[in-house]
Amino acid sequence: MNGPADGGPPPNLDRERLLHHLDTMWRIRAFEEAALRGLADGHVRGAIHPSIGQEAVATAVCLNLARADLLLSTHRGHGHTLAKGADAQAMMRELFGREGGTCGGKGGSMHIADFSVGMLGANGVVSANIPIAVGAAHAIRLRGGTEIVACLFGDGAINRGPFLEGLNWAKIFHLPVLFVCEDNGWSATTRTADLTAGEGAAARAQSLGIPAQILDGNDALALDEAARAAIDDVRAGEGPRLLHVRTYRITGHTAADAAPYRDAAEVEAWRGRDPIRRLADALAHAGVDAARLEEARTRAEAEMADVLANAAAAPWPAPEAAYADVQDIGDPAVRAF
Amino acid sequence: MAITTYLAASTRALAEEMERDPAVWALGEDLGRGGVFGQYKGLQQRFGAARIADTPISEACIMGAAVGAALAGTRPVVEMRFSDFALCATDELINQAAKARFMFGGQAKVPLVARQPVGMWRSSAAQHSQSLEAWYAHVPGLVVVAPGTPADNLGLLKSAIRADDPVVYLEHKDLWAAEGEVPDAEHLVPIGVADTAREGRDLTIVTWSGMRRRCLEAAGTLAAEGIEAEVIDLRTLWPWDRDRVLASVERTRRLLVVHEAVTVAGFGAEIAAFVAEHLHARLAAPVRRLGAPRIPVAYAPPLEDMARVSPEAIVAAARATTAPAAAIAS
Repeated sequence: MNGPADGGPPPNLDRERLLHHLDTMWRIRAFEEAALRGLADGHVRGAIHPSIGQEAVATAVCLNLARADLLLSTHRGHGHTLAKGADAQAMMRELFGREGGTCGGKGGSMHIADFSVGMLGANGVVSANIPIAVGAAHAIRLRGGTEIVACLFGDGAINRGPFLEGLNWAKIFHLPVLFVCEDNGWSATTRTADLTAGEGAAARAQSLGIPAQILDGNDALALDEAARAAIDDVRAGEGPRLLHVRTYRITGHTAADAAPYRDAAEVEAWRGRDPIRRLADALAHAGVDAARLEEARTRAEAEMADVLANAAAAPWPAPEAAYADVQDIGDPAVRAF
Repeated sequence: MAITTYLAASTRALAEEMERDPAVWALGEDLGRGGVFGQYKGLQQRFGAARIADTPISEACIMGAAVGAALAGTRPVVEMRFSDFALCATDELINQAAKARFMFGGQAKVPLVARQPVGMWRSSAAQHSQSLEAWYAHVPGLVVVAPGTPADNLGLLKSAIRADDPVVYLEHKDLWAAEGEVPDAEHLVPIGVADTAREGRDLTIVTWSGMRRRCLEAAGTLAAEGIEAEVIDLRTLWPWDRDRVLASVERTRRLLVVHEAVTVAGFGAEIAAFVAEHLHARLAAPVRRLGAPRIPVAYAPPLEDMARVSPEAIVAAARATTAPAAAIAS
């Protein structure tokens, strides 16, 4: 499917579906911009890794999953988590370390999980979610389930051993996993191209016999189509698939990173390919009312302003919670050691 | 009661738990052929290749997949082949398995067993001989088990598989062929409860794993000299049975901790410190630790022996602890 840059949207554009994608992308953008305000105000206490500019990857993958499907995410996972259906309010409370946070304030941005929507965790360790994802798929296989697992990771992750181990595992056991390499071009603060031999994630997957494609991560239409097809294949029992999605991280590695190591012109060029704007333009071209498109943004911003205010008013967790959920046997809460 | 080996007891434990609970499965290298020591022999034929899964030599993925499989509702038993190889899966065990439940605010538990054969055995040299239990005891979230008899390997492995926590399960390679009486009926040993292997009035020897039988051998020698040593096999290091140890030292007023691991920062240091904190005034002699010197384990037998705690060394340490000259001046 082509975007407007390639000569206009196809005639059979599913407007309602894509408006949902647009709404979700705006919610992700507004959530992260609100989180950045929360960081500036001192409410977000630890590091956050914004995904501004990468929203189309989250929506294309996660909105095509069923609620029962499982998701493993990364340190840059707010968008994935929101798109999988996690509650924005609980997520913001988690970033603030407050009571009512997704994990009760014990995980923060890098360890958000919401098992009620099949989101089995962001991860603070690059590539560590890949073996966990294949293990979750292995469990589905063992109990005869029909769910699939989506595992998102960055371009930096493909240079760690668990990437090879996990992809090999998924292939030999023929597991229902969709791997998505969200390639934003940067391994923390170093250009990934300078650190990576060969052609990258898709080529490495193909060398293991895993079908893979390279996609424009800022083209929500094409990405939606490709993700849907790949998920259908995985669900049909055809084994793992990998999508190598090229996008760009508009912010630095963390919110505190001004990214002076990057060329300003490079950043500006990518701002011009903003995935939300491109989808909105495609929808406008397809006849969606401009007011509706504007409403997608304003509604998201209003929601996240409320979420931010609510989180700021939330209490801290009770200190005793630090002793809870460590372990059952040898529980430190039973006897302080 | 029947006489069986430490190895056969572990095979029976896994088979019984797999019969009992379809969510239990095992994954690791060469399991279909019985595992590197034969502890999985016959299980793939009995339970199928899906539940006794042969994996690639991918320790990180074996452990990481077990974490994912546990989070997704199964109860994996991980075989690490040698505890030394588990170091290839350190992130998966320490950063993921041990912390997922806590980090996620209690949304899920990680019921996995990480079997790691430990210890010195037949010139296995520096990368196949280590005892690193103290590392794991240090990590919140983990349970650490180290059985020293066939009956305990049966009862503790079954308990470990039923536990909802990640359990580091350390079987001693030198004990695989050791025989002992094992109950015919269902046998569960609770995690965190020590076994008083021998009663005695003159000093308390606390030990575990392969050192249990060395300590019992030493206690026999000491008894001939009129020194009655109480030998406590902790069996589990986290949680460890502090009540049992305190009650014993309260009576004997003397403590010797014996382990195969390097003495420096070994788990014996934790026991010694805890006893000193709680029973300082009761102690009739300084607490003593006996473990390996801080050297890697060598290949050549005479060099390997330099890292080994012998019954003679245990006897000597016990004599020194109980000698009148050892008494604390008060």
